[in-house]
Amino acid sequence: MPKDIATRTFKQVGTRPLRPDGIEKVTGRARFGADFSLPGMLVGKILRSPHAHARILRIDTSAAAALPGVKAIVTAKDFPEADDGLHDIRMNVMAREKALYDGHAVAAVAAVSAAVAREALRLIRVDYEVLPHVTDVDEAMKPTAPILHPHMVTAHESPEAKRPTNVAGKYEFGHGDPEAGFRKADHVVARTFKVEAAHQGYIEPHACVANITSDGQGDLWCCTQGHFMVRAISAGLNGMDLSKLRVTASEIGGGFGGKTTVYIEPVAVALSRKAGKPVKIVMTRDEVFRATGPTHSASIDVKIGATKDGRITGAFAELRYQGGAFPGSLADMGAMAAFACYDLENVRSIGWDVVTNRPKLAAYRAPSAPAVCFAVESVIDELARKMGMDPIDFRLKNAAREGTLSSYGPTYQAIGLEATLRALKAHPHYKAPLKPGQGRGVACGFWFNFGGQTCTSLNIGLDGTVALSVGTPDIGGSRASMCLMAAEELGIPYDKVRCIVADTASLGYNDVTDGSRVTFSSGLATITAARNAIKVMCARAAAIWGIPEDAVEWVDGHARPTGPNAGNFPPLSLADIAAQSHQTGGPIAGHCEVTAEGAGVSFGAHLADVEVDRETGAVKVLRYTVAQDAGKAVHPAYVEGQYQGGAVQGIGWALNEEYVYGKDGRLQNPGFLDYRIPVCSDLPMIDTLILEIPNPGHPYGVRGVGETPIVPPMATIANAIASATGVRMTHVPMSPPRVLKALSEA
Amino acid sequence: MVKVRIWGGLRVHTGGEAEVEVDAQDLRGVVAALGARYPEMKPALEGGVSMSIDGRLYTNRWFEKVRPDSEVVVLPRIVGG
Repeated sequence: MPKDIATRTFKQVGTRPLRPDGIEKVTGRARFGADFSLPGMLVGKILRSPHAHARILRIDTSAAAALPGVKAIVTAKDFPEADDGLHDIRMNVMAREKALYDGHAVAAVAAVSAAVAREALRLIRVDYEVLPHVTDVDEAMKPTAPILHPHMVTAHESPEAKRPTNVAGKYEFGHGDPEAGFRKADHVVARTFKVEAAHQGYIEPHACVANITSDGQGDLWCCTQGHFMVRAISAGLNGMDLSKLRVTASEIGGGFGGKTTVYIEPVAVALSRKAGKPVKIVMTRDEVFRATGPTHSASIDVKIGATKDGRITGAFAELRYQGGAFPGSLADMGAMAAFACYDLENVRSIGWDVVTNRPKLAAYRAPSAPAVCFAVESVIDELARKMGMDPIDFRLKNAAREGTLSSYGPTYQAIGLEATLRALKAHPHYKAPLKPGQGRGVACGFWFNFGGQTCTSLNIGLDGTVALSVGTPDIGGSRASMCLMAAEELGIPYDKVRCIVADTASLGYNDVTDGSRVTFSSGLATITAARNAIKVMCARAAAIWGIPEDAVEWVDGHARPTGPNAGNFPPLSLADIAAQSHQTGGPIAGHCEVTAEGAGVSFGAHLADVEVDRETGAVKVLRYTVAQDAGKAVHPAYVEGQYQGGAVQGIGWALNEEYVYGKDGRLQNPGFLDYRIPVCSDLPMIDTLILEIPNPGHPYGVRGVGETPIVPPMATIANAIASATGVRMTHVPMSPPRVLKALSEA
Repeated sequence: MVKVRIWGGLRVHTGGEAEVEVDAQDLRGVVAALGARYPEMKPALEGGVSMSIDGRLYTNRWFEKVRPDSEVVVLPRIVGG
């Protein structure tokens, strides 16, 4: 463990200063994706398939091209195939031989106005041969199912299984012998669950402006979780050199994993290049729902056995995840996360990655874990009830700890599951009385977290203020956290540091803002960059004083002579050294380029009280508490915000949110009127407990916190409903009609 | 030599063996040794994997050292949202 964690008393990290982007956001001056405009800009619009599955026989754009005001049209022909690893995303950005889902892009236009662009789309004639479709994961796995990709075979399956299929891959984890474990059990519970797909539900639709000039260079402004990723894919699909395309990330109106890929950006680049003018594309809400990544939907079997004294003897889960029209449902992550909370002797999980005629999945906070957590934690709860054990005690008895061989392979280092469960049990919420018709549920969840490629630059100004450039878009208040860490390290006030998200031409490559990685990895890079700048400042002070560099130390924002022969010089502040920098060697900066590793896995436990209306099936959440290990909370208010936001999104998925497909394979509810996300008036204030079990992989002990909070809510709510009604819900969302049906069948 | 644990999906290429021994000094060496011994595993390895050493996850660290007594696990590439 880094010595900082054990010995350091933080002065600024752990405080709650105002966020630096707050005023811009509350006054409406922050620039989001759709706020960018350029002189002479055209409007781009995309024609989308009305069919769930159809062969594209012919696209005739001649009438649209002849329409006055139309400046460019692109189809799949403008994105030629290449052996570059971008095959699926190229197919998703613009359909080629087949349209694979309702809403799949087939052509795009750029015109002088939105009205002209819409008329041009109407004039594009697409001849389709409509094909049978499949949108349900279990149906898609049947041998008789319509095949989306004739050349697809199941990866990681035995050679004899190599036949055309919608099953893209099989993933298996575990150790021991679950069947032997079940034979030792006094109680065994086995159930099958279904989880419908949900959308990330970000308020800001995807938007971008591309401006490619006749010399083949250009700029792209967009809302994204990763502008370096946008550059790589947009340049790749358009055959451009990376350095010729500069991408600038706007403020982002929510991402939650859904903006870790591209949809419109390569199209805007292609249209701009063809038209010779800037092109702006802004998705409608309908397009966001029909064509951007929701989550997987899933069906899951879980079987768990335990002895009567509460020790789990065997656990098995089989997960069938569909992730839309392309492989990548993240069934592998689901199978890894399934039993990660538990210390098990006999455990196996199998994940099946399945394609269907739905939009390509995009990540959503701890992608794949919430569904399997719902299934596993529901069965855990049922077992505890069967045995008459307290549900937290049952979990504690089987909880993974430091030294536990995890169900997915590695042996855990220091982890915080036990601490979160104990914190929840000690919370007044757990002992508060319930009224008749109310119930209480608990569940715990896990997520991996990761670090990734990160590049950060920290520049000391002549006036002693600091400009910090990071390459990770701020989706959760990360600029404030970066400023806190830089200020902590440098020993200067928080408001003397300004953090910006720099464009792709200004920094080395940064991975996407995902995996709960930014406070961990950009924070680690910021601390390292600050330490590098401190080395420079100490060297400058040494030169000013005429003493060796190693006779200077940095304490509370000042260089001080140290050691018996250093001399007796008055300390030089950061501002003093900065003011003389032009005469002592030039600008002072610190940089860091790193692949951050050691992010540390994350655990959380949730507690909910609900009331079930037996006449309508409506479930009201009365009280909700989240306990999670943050490693070290750099800005506790933002950590709480992540806990609350994740819980709320999980509650929305638990109770209402789902993609509803008609028999024609078309999405029936592509708008917020019919796809209901929770609003403030639906929910109580979410209470939070921040635990700080330092992550040994970070100089301040930071763990990512953004994803884990969405993992337990579905199971927590289901367990609370079971407590209130005695009825076990097995289908998410647990919407009023489903709850009513379950109550009537009980 | 270091023992490497393989996730279940890849065991079809190791004849069902959950743990194999390879001669490697770092994570790049582990991947290279596995690919050389099990050519059918190479696409999965080259497509990107995560690895853990003694419980710590790595996604992109070729030169991380492994010792003969290290616990090394090959996993699907960890992603996130």
